[in-house]
Amino acid sequence: MASRDIHGIDAPWGAFRHVGRDLRKVDGLAKATGAAMYTDDIALPGMLHAKTLRSPHAHARIRSIDAADALRLAGVHAVITGEHLPVTYGILPWTQDETALAVGKVRFVGEPVAAVAAVDEDAANAALKLIRVEYEPLHAYLDPFESLARHDPPIHEGRKDGNVSKHVHLAFGDVDAALAEADVVIEDDYVFHGTTHAAIEPHCAVGHYGADGVLTVWSSTQITHYVHRALARVLDVPAHRIRVIQPCLGGAFGGKSDPFSLEFVVAKLAMTTGRPVKMLYTREEVFYTHRGRHPMHMRYRTGATREGRLVGVDATIVIDGGAYSSYGLVTTYYAGQLLTGPYAFATYRFDSTRAFTNKPPCGPKRGHGSVQPRFAFEVQLDELASTLEIDPIEIRRRNLLGEHTTTVNGQRITSNGFARCLDVVEHASNWKTRHGQLPFGRGMGVAGSMYISGTNYPIYPNPMPQAAVQLKIDRSGLVTVFTGANDIGQGSNSIAQYLVAEELGLALDQVRVVSADTDLCPVDLGAYSSRETFMVGNALIDACRKVRPLVVRAVADHWQVDPSRVRFVDGVVVELDDPPLQPAGVAVGGEARPGASPPDAAAGRRWMTAAEAFQLAEARFDTLGATGAYNTPTLGGDYRGGTIGAAPAYSFTAHVVEVSVDVETGRITCEKVWIAHDCGRALNPMLVAGQMEGSAYMGVAEALMEAHGVNRFGLHAGPSLLDYRIPTTVDTPELAALIVESLDPEGPYGAKEAGEGPLHPAIPAISNAVFDAVGIRLKHLPFTPGKVLAALRARKDAAAGTPAPALAGGAR
Amino acid sequence: MHLKVNGDVHDVDAPDHWTLLEVLRYRLGLTGSKQGCDKGDCGACTVLVDGEPMISCLILAREAEGREIVTIEGLWPLHLARGGEGPDPVQDAFDRYGALQCGFCQSGMILSARALLDRTPSPTDEEIARALSGNLCRCTGYTQILQAVQSIVARARGVEPPRRSWEAANVGRQAGER
Ligand code: FES
Ligand code: FES
Repeated sequence: MASRDIHGIDAPWGAFRHVGRDLRKVDGLAKATGAAMYTDDIALPGMLHAKTLRSPHAHARIRSIDAADALRLAGVHAVITGEHLPVTYGILPWTQDETALAVGKVRFVGEPVAAVAAVDEDAANAALKLIRVEYEPLHAYLDPFESLARHDPPIHEGRKDGNVSKHVHLAFGDVDAALAEADVVIEDDYVFHGTTHAAIEPHCAVGHYGADGVLTVWSSTQITHYVHRALARVLDVPAHRIRVIQPCLGGAFGGKSDPFSLEFVVAKLAMTTGRPVKMLYTREEVFYTHRGRHPMHMRYRTGATREGRLVGVDATIVIDGGAYSSYGLVTTYYAGQLLTGPYAFATYRFDSTRAFTNKPPCGPKRGHGSVQPRFAFEVQLDELASTLEIDPIEIRRRNLLGEHTTTVNGQRITSNGFARCLDVVEHASNWKTRHGQLPFGRGMGVAGSMYISGTNYPIYPNPMPQAAVQLKIDRSGLVTVFTGANDIGQGSNSIAQYLVAEELGLALDQVRVVSADTDLCPVDLGAYSSRETFMVGNALIDACRKVRPLVVRAVADHWQVDPSRVRFVDGVVVELDDPPLQPAGVAVGGEARPGASPPDAAAGRRWMTAAEAFQLAEARFDTLGATGAYNTPTLGGDYRGGTIGAAPAYSFTAHVVEVSVDVETGRITCEKVWIAHDCGRALNPMLVAGQMEGSAYMGVAEALMEAHGVNRFGLHAGPSLLDYRIPTTVDTPELAALIVESLDPEGPYGAKEAGEGPLHPAIPAISNAVFDAVGIRLKHLPFTPGKVLAALRARKDAAAGTPAPALAGGAR
Repeated sequence: MHLKVNGDVHDVDAPDHWTLLEVLRYRLGLTGSKQGCDKGDCGACTVLVDGEPMISCLILAREAEGREIVTIEGLWPLHLARGGEGPDPVQDAFDRYGALQCGFCQSGMILSARALLDRTPSPTDEEIARALSGNLCRCTGYTQILQAVQSIVARARGVEPPRRSWEAANVGRQAGER
């Protein structure tokens, strides 16, 4: 039975020894020395290299494919097409609309059509040129409004609702009445362009098929378990004969959380040829593979009282989904469901529609589905503040949701440090003396947000644990942790080490972590929805608390003392005074290690090493080990879709940004971001800060630099890291990570997420800062110099045409 | 061809059009140099050629003949050979400062930093940022990377590195917390 125990927020042995410190990562030096193995670093004897032939058309029927010449080429071992892998898959069980290679038609430029395995990449590339595909081009839908208006021919045949991928309409309270009675209503349109993850590691997979019928796939995935299931389905191999391993992963951000064509292709080619097969995407292929942030067209109406209290929010959102469903069903819900904090909404309604288009499929990117509405709403809230002449931080304070409460859409909120996040950024940025008071061209803006810390609904409904771990306790003093969690750079393996060492009273080097290998590790659902620390952390504590009493008892009986007098400290077991008052000899900051002189030896107390304790326990109770698990409590609103967006805890963030705007060139420079984030408890503040800084950096880049788009033929506008501009060291603003700890009652020692929430406010905060700087409201992303200049011109024209000075919120 | 990598001369056989990166990774098994783009855009493949950071995906392996190549795998052994202890101080500082998230950019980043410090032992913050501006990192927002390099410079100058934002602020901690 999966544990739903609340483990508490306190240190297990009196004072934290590891938690709360800026510790090294478990794999830091392996990465720093080049020893860490990523998927493309794998080379197997006799390994073939595979390449993908991709569609040059945005929408076309495939008339025929002729691979005979390619197959005759020297060095080519196999060519496969859609007919070899016809079974559909998709990350969500309800929308399995993808195939590994196109079957019958193609739906975006870059869609995989055929794959070649050859002795090397050169031969594979040469073979691709010899594959003849005859296409019958179809009308390409590149605009979501067009694909909603007409669907002949449809992008996906046989659907009742044309090119609608998903439609959600939910209402909470009487929004129309509330807005009718509001003292002020702001109504406007907002556009979020598309952006992509651009992890530096391109997707890669290696397939191996043994004569024993065991298929092994190494993949740069953040969802080993779902890839495992999808491989079984598509390849028609029983799941128990498939092993999926995620080697070290070079960044993901949501971009590696679908099953991808290459995983099926290397598996199939390995089975076909009897040779290991590797496929590494080029950077261009990564851009076409995409699954990035959905473009959204958003109309918001927000009503408030004269005092700035929100009375109603009404949103209509059209989402450009690209060619396939991916996580789109969830995205369509998230676009509305995740907006209902950190402010209390009296009434709320949203209507969101995801349209298929003939473009690379969109999916989840850091802050899945909620970054776009957050941008729109926080800009609107700022406009409300300026209209009502209320300070932008103050208006946010007046609408605080608070802790231990329920949102308008029925989500349970427990810990909530948002009020303190506002205090912290206000203080750190000297907001009170600077906002509204900087010289023209320089400004400050604020925004807030809330994000899920894990989601209570597994991707396929099942009653099994969402996170599970196993511990092996060795008589050498080593504990090996087996976890299905995907460390994608965020440090989940490190967190596992810290938590187990804390819980069992060991030194850090006594805990090693094996992760993301489906043969070795209990199932974990993967690195998405900011769930790893929260869920796996709880599962680890659960496992430790099952085995710890055995070891303590073995020692206590050996010493013939009460178990309460046995204490583990950094791998040494000491006998405490009777009654135990203080964690004896625990000097915070000490570096006690097994083998070193134990803290209490001088005092004449008894002690032994953890290894000796494990040996006593093993002699007494047999082989030592434990499993641990976590499942969320039952959560969510009591309506269809009410569980989507329900999380066991929520993180909260506030940003203040400072910008300068060059009115000659229209160029915005983000000078500094103050990031206050409520992560519950910072298990390792340095890693939390890294997540906060990385998130804020990505948000700033989405606002000012990045755009993922296609031209009128459906060709990517610039599928390279030169054209798709991600910031370098010199483009990145100063980032101040300010950690707020609310100590969540259900998180492991009180921890919540930190990897996604801190991205959200950056984008609206920049728009709001630009308003403070030069008096224009930017509502269409990205904020390019052209848009800034146009808005400045419009403002000037309006001012010239208006005899009276600008009204509230106008120029200064 | 003969390539001198991390002090050893290797006799390698590879197609003429192979880049130095390909030979390092797929012939010599030195997979610490990463390929993020294969086009000279990301810097993940940076190695030191005669002490200068170079984009190894833009150099044909042949062009590197007769030159001293150092890859990320060479740093720690080189440091030991010079009488140092533990990993190269840059590697160690990156680890201690949280600069290594996914790590994919880091071999290039660390080598760029190493080359800067060899050239300019006491660079300004701006010089550090400029020296690393050819290495894209998608995870960290660069802050902890820059702090890692700054900490080495501070140590060399004999001063304390500046406190990091969360250490300095510590504002959010509740009373009674450590
Ligand atoms: S791989 Fe060489 S610069 Fe990107
Ligand atoms: S640490 Fe991931 S790209 Fe730099």
